[in-house]
Amino acid sequence: MDTVARRDKSNRPALSFYVPEPPARPGQPVDFSHIEVPEAGAVRCPDISEPERDMRDLPYGLIRVLDEKGRAVGPWDPRLDPDTLRAGLTAMLKTRLFDERMFRAHRQGKTSFYMKSLGEEAIGAAQALALDLGDMNFPTYRMLSWLMARNYPLIDLCNQIYSNERDPLRGRQLPILYSARDYGFYSLSGNVGSRFGHAVGWAMASAFKSDDKIAIGHVGDGTTAEGDFHEALTFAAVYKAPVILCVENNQWAISSFSGIAGAGETTFAAKAIAYGIPGLRVDGNDFLAVYAATLWAADRARTNHGPTLIEFFTYRAAGHSTSDDPTRYRPEDEASKWPLGDPLERLKAHLIAIGEWSEEQHEALIAELTADIKSAVKQAEAIGTLGQSKPNPREMFEDVFAHPDWRIREQRREAGV
Amino acid sequence: MPAMNMIQALNSALDIKLGSDPDTLVFGEDVGYFGGVFRVTEGLQKKHGLSRCFDSPISEGGIVATAIGMGAYGLRPIVEIQFADYILPAYDQLVSEAARLRYRSNGEFWCPITVRSPYGGGIFGGQTHSQSPEAIFAHVTGLKTVIPSNPYDAKGLLLAAIEEYDPVIFLEPKRLYNGPFDGHHDKPLTTWAEHKLGEVPAGHYTVPLGSASVMREGREATVLAYGTMVHVCNAAIAESGIDAELIDLRSIVPLDIDAIVKSVKKTGRCVIVHEASRFGGFGGELSALIQERCFYHLRAPIERVAGWDTPYPHAFEWDYFPGPVRVAKALKRCVEAVA
Ligand SMILES: Cc1ncc(C[n+]2csc(CCOP(=O)(O)OP(=O)(O)O)c2C)c(N)n1
Repeated sequence: MDTVARRDKSNRPALSFYVPEPPARPGQPVDFSHIEVPEAGAVRCPDISEPERDMRDLPYGLIRVLDEKGRAVGPWDPRLDPDTLRAGLTAMLKTRLFDERMFRAHRQGKTSFYMKSLGEEAIGAAQALALDLGDMNFPTYRMLSWLMARNYPLIDLCNQIYSNERDPLRGRQLPILYSARDYGFYSLSGNVGSRFGHAVGWAMASAFKSDDKIAIGHVGDGTTAEGDFHEALTFAAVYKAPVILCVENNQWAISSFSGIAGAGETTFAAKAIAYGIPGLRVDGNDFLAVYAATLWAADRARTNHGPTLIEFFTYRAAGHSTSDDPTRYRPEDEASKWPLGDPLERLKAHLIAIGEWSEEQHEALIAELTADIKSAVKQAEAIGTLGQSKPNPREMFEDVFAHPDWRIREQRREAGV
Repeated sequence: MPAMNMIQALNSALDIKLGSDPDTLVFGEDVGYFGGVFRVTEGLQKKHGLSRCFDSPISEGGIVATAIGMGAYGLRPIVEIQFADYILPAYDQLVSEAARLRYRSNGEFWCPITVRSPYGGGIFGGQTHSQSPEAIFAHVTGLKTVIPSNPYDAKGLLLAAIEEYDPVIFLEPKRLYNGPFDGHHDKPLTTWAEHKLGEVPAGHYTVPLGSASVMREGREATVLAYGTMVHVCNAAIAESGIDAELIDLRSIVPLDIDAIVKSVKKTGRCVIVHEASRFGGFGGELSALIQERCFYHLRAPIERVAGWDTPYPHAFEWDYFPGPVRVAKALKRCVEAVA
């Protein structure tokens, strides 16, 4: 009783309630002063067999390969051949042009929803090329460049986005939440983070079956707050799953800045330390750095050294989705001031710097890709856009179970399909 | 009285509580500076300060767990789950913790929290932006579940929910945010400004939980609905020409059993309508209750109209959404049935 009474009369200072805020809001000058951009080539590249406890510096660095002059420098240079570099550039460019076209299609009422990858195209493109065809990607909705790098047919993308009669997912899924098993692209769910653990499970299964395939999973910076993220890391660490777990830190989760997910306190890569797995922090706008880090982690996974967590440091240059107007929560010119530049321009500059690309070739490529996209869009629109065409409503009742039960059969009859 | 849409009415309720009760606070994904993806919390941070209305990490389990802790301390947190589909990551906290804290601690602890969330379909949201999860909450004793169908009720029910001493799940039919919607997606939309229930007092008032509202009196059949389906049923009754009584349940827990029994005993017929899938849906509970309490007054089998037992399919939204045609058919079947 005495202690309680004494405590009630405490002269301790009052606690204060803290809520973090981003450095700049609309109308204020862009402030990226908290972002340190180290020299390209400065971060060491350890051997994949180095014990995790010796690699705890890596989550606080920033792996960069491309320097300001477009040269590839330092120990992480993956020394890619020009064909691979051009394939990456093509995938990124195709993604960007396609995104623009589909964003307009949404504005024209041809689809219900769209999300762009603008500024983050390097990640999916580099990883699709760095990993093997048998590996499985558990992606986010900003990884169209993976499908582009693997030449997923444009017409199928358009049909899904238009939810038309030829929609490969038969009208059941929101546009852009693709599923493309043959392209190493796991089905996207609307619930963010919910697939991170699936990547770990898939990887564990591959190890269980003594297979040689690995898995790669992705979440956004905001999504690291979900329990799924921490559960996945725990399982990955405990079972040394052959998996690469990635955080795309694009600074924003709809209107909430990355500080709301804890970025003010530490890096996302450093979350790995508590789980005892290596964490890499990588310039996500640097195609070569993304490629190299992914390959390094893949080599670890393939040689039974276990999982790696990679933070890709990048910026979501467009709105969160077609329902979002980013100028309502961040300075209008923030994207153009992003200190790590534009991943597409940087790769292009590199290819030009090594004499393997030119402005003329680039213009020709834009023209070629634009024509391809236009033709796919035209074909898809001939089939129909949202509301004009849809798969047979019978499809609504298919695939609920492997074999429909009486409810589905009765309701299908009642619906007259 | 000023006309408000449902978003403004909800905003007004939150504004009033933040202004009058220093123990209330509002948080959730994007609710702070931005005002929420549906704008329900717009302006609240600016007016009441950063610590009264703020953004949370994307962690539904974390949001609800934190709210429970705050509620146990003595605050009245009002949290937003961005879409009701994303309540499921918080489901364990709601079911295993919030619903039983008072019971298992012998009343030492309890949590007066309000969990607001937009729910339901009709906006082409696909599987994970369209679900109606009310039945899974109704099944859990210890939680209250409220579903308004218009701006007037939305404000009064939200104020009542916040003032409750128990955890309340407050589901907002997002299809109704900007105007009533009767299920005819090809007809021009109307706004709440043209609806009598769009007239909302500026000040504080409550609509008690557990008080159903008779939206329309009738003698031939009783139609039970809540949320968007109230408007769909209204249209269906008008189109069927049947003299049906329409009851808006407003909250499913607590449930206004007296209003239901009184009406069904009067009409002898009942059609239950909800947007959620049919099997195991809340309609099943309503049907059982009516059977138990009104069996000898029933002149026809109870009818249920609901979403199909499939996930909510994007392209087939209007095939899935229980529209007025399906409701009118059920009404006809019910009225024409001969025992
Ligand atoms: C479980 C769950 N909660 C909330 C949402 C709503 N939501 C969709 S995207 C998003 C932001 C995600 O941010 P981040 O993880 O940083 O990825 P980004 O969009 O920036 O790529 C939110 C809150 C959701 N889809 N799923």
